[in-house]
Amino acid sequence: MSAAPAAMPAAKTHAKRRAIAPSKGRRPWTFYALTALFVFYVLALYGPMICIYILSFQDVRGGLVFPMKGFSLHWFVDLFTQVRTGDVKGAFSRSIKLAILVTAITVVVSFLSAMAFRRRFPGDNIVFALMIGSLVAPGLVLGIGVGLMFNFLGIDTSWWGSALGAQLSWTLPFGVLVMFAVMSRFNPAWEEAAYDLGATRWQTIRLVIVPVLAPGLVAVALFGFTLSYDEFARTLQTAGPQNTLPLEIWSMTMNVTSPSLYALGTVTTVISFLVIGISLGTIVLMQKRRGQRAPMH
Amino acid sequence: MRLSKPVVSWLYVAPLVLVLIPFFVVPIVVVLIASVFDTDGFGGLIPTFTLSNYLNVFTSTLTFNLYYETIKFTVLTWIFTLLLGFFIAYYLVFHVKNQLLAIGLFLLCTVPFWTSNIIRMISWIPLLGKEGLINTALIKIGLIHEPLGFLLYSSFAVVVAYVHQLTIFMIVPIFNSMVRIDKRVIEAAVDAGASRFDILRLIVIPLSKSGIALGTIFVVAIVMGDFFVTKVMSGGGSASVVGAFYEDIGVLQYPGAAASAVVLTVILMTSVALILRTVDIRKEITS
Repeated sequence: MSAAPAAMPAAKTHAKRRAIAPSKGRRPWTFYALTALFVFYVLALYGPMICIYILSFQDVRGGLVFPMKGFSLHWFVDLFTQVRTGDVKGAFSRSIKLAILVTAITVVVSFLSAMAFRRRFPGDNIVFALMIGSLVAPGLVLGIGVGLMFNFLGIDTSWWGSALGAQLSWTLPFGVLVMFAVMSRFNPAWEEAAYDLGATRWQTIRLVIVPVLAPGLVAVALFGFTLSYDEFARTLQTAGPQNTLPLEIWSMTMNVTSPSLYALGTVTTVISFLVIGISLGTIVLMQKRRGQRAPMH
Repeated sequence: MRLSKPVVSWLYVAPLVLVLIPFFVVPIVVVLIASVFDTDGFGGLIPTFTLSNYLNVFTSTLTFNLYYETIKFTVLTWIFTLLLGFFIAYYLVFHVKNQLLAIGLFLLCTVPFWTSNIIRMISWIPLLGKEGLINTALIKIGLIHEPLGFLLYSSFAVVVAYVHQLTIFMIVPIFNSMVRIDKRVIEAAVDAGASRFDILRLIVIPLSKSGIALGTIFVVAIVMGDFFVTKVMSGGGSASVVGAFYEDIGVLQYPGAAASAVVLTVILMTSVALILRTVDIRKEITS
C-alpha cells in the first residue's frame, strides 16, 4: 500500500465497488483466503477420522500409527471375539436399543412441547429456563445426581432406567429447540382452516400438523438417536453394571492399545452414517412425494 | 369440550416437565444436599449440615489450579471455534454464490457432528503422535530433526481436540443468523461507500450477535462440563474441574465432589445467564 500512494484513491474506490456484493465481477482477495480456510477446516475435520478408518484395516502386525502394516479384517474379528476388549457386542446392542427408546420419546415429547410453546402460557418462562438449565448443566454433575437419587430411593441404576432418564434430560431440550426452528416455518392458517372445516384437535394434529412437520420430526429423531448413541458424561454414573458403547470405548482408550480401538471407531461411524443416510433419505423421499402430490390439489 | 388455552398448553408441555423434574431438578437438589453432608469415608453419607466441604473447595490451591486450567481451555477453545465458525459461516453465506453449493458445503461441515465424539478425539493420535503423520512428514522434508513432543498429550492436543469437536456448534447458529441478514442492507452500505471491513464491523457482526451468543453458550457449557478430552489428550498432564470430582467419586468422596460440582454448576449457570441477557434466544429460534 505505502509503495504507491498516488494510486491509492483509485484502487480504493475500485475495491469498494467489488466489496462484498456477491454477484459482481472479480472475486475479492478475501474469497481466496476464506476458501483456503474452509478447505483447511474440512481437511482437519475429516482427515484424522479417515486415518483411523484406514488404520483399522491393518493385519495382526498393525500398530497405532502409520505406516500401514498389511491389510486384513483381523482387528474387527479381534474386537468382537477377544475378552480383553470387553463386551463390545452387548454394549452395541444396548446402545442401539437405548438410542431407539430415547429417539421415540424425544420425538413425541419435543413435538408436544413445541406445540405448547407456540403461544405464551403462564409459567412458560420457567419451563424454558428449566430446559436451558438442563441443556447446559455439566453432564457428569447430573449423572452423579441421578445416581445418588436412585441410591437414596433404593433403586438399582440401569441403562434402561436411570441412564434413559439422564439422557432424556439432554436430548429433550435439544429436540425442543430444533422443533422451535421447525415450527417457526409452520403457517398457523392451515391449522385454523382445519378447525374451520370442523376437524377435532386430534384430527388436526394427525392429518394436518404432523404430515406438514414430518421432515422436521425426522430431523429431531436424528438428533435424538445420535445424541443418545454418543452420550457419555450423563451415562457414566447412571448406566449401572452393563456398559453402553461410549462407556466401552472410554474403557478401551484407557487399556487397549491396539487397532481394535480404531476398528470400533470404524464400526460405530458406519452405524452413524447409516442412521444419517436413512434420515436424509426419508426427508428427501417425503419432499419428493409431497412435490408429486401438490399439483393435484 | 373446549379446554382453556393455558390448560391445553400445560397438557402439551407436561411430558417435558415430567422428565425434567425427576432427571434435572431433583438430581441437582440431591447434589446440593449431598454437598452439605458429611462422609463416613466409605461412600456412606452422614446427614448433618456442614460447610466444611465448601471450605475445602475454596481453601485448596488445587481448586484454583483446576479452575485456571479449565478456564484456560475454555477461553482458548472459545476463541478458536469463534474465529473459525464465524469466518466459515461468513464464507458460506457471503462468498459462495451458488446457494445449493452453499447448503452442500454446510452439510459437509455438519456430518461429523453425528459421529462419535470420542472416536473423533482418538483419531488425532495417529496424526499428532511422536511417530505420527505430522512429525514424520516434518522430519522427511527436513524441517525438524527430532519429533515435536508438544503435539500430542499436551495442552495443544487438548485445544485441537476441542476445536475439532465444537466448531460446528459455532458454525450452525452463526450461519443461521447470517443467512437472515437482508442482502439489500449490504448493497446499500456498498453503495454508500462502506469498505468491506466496515460492512463486517458495522453490519455483519452486530446482526450475527445472537448466533455468536448461542454458539458461545454451547462451547462454554461443553468445555467446562467435560473431563474426558482433557484427561485423554493431555496424557494426564492437565486436570479439569470435572475430572477432579470424577476422581473423588472413584474413591467414594461424594460430599467433596458434590460441593465442587455445585460450585462449578453455579459458575456455569451464571455465565450462561449473563450471555442470555444479551440476546433473546427464544425469539431468535422461533422467528
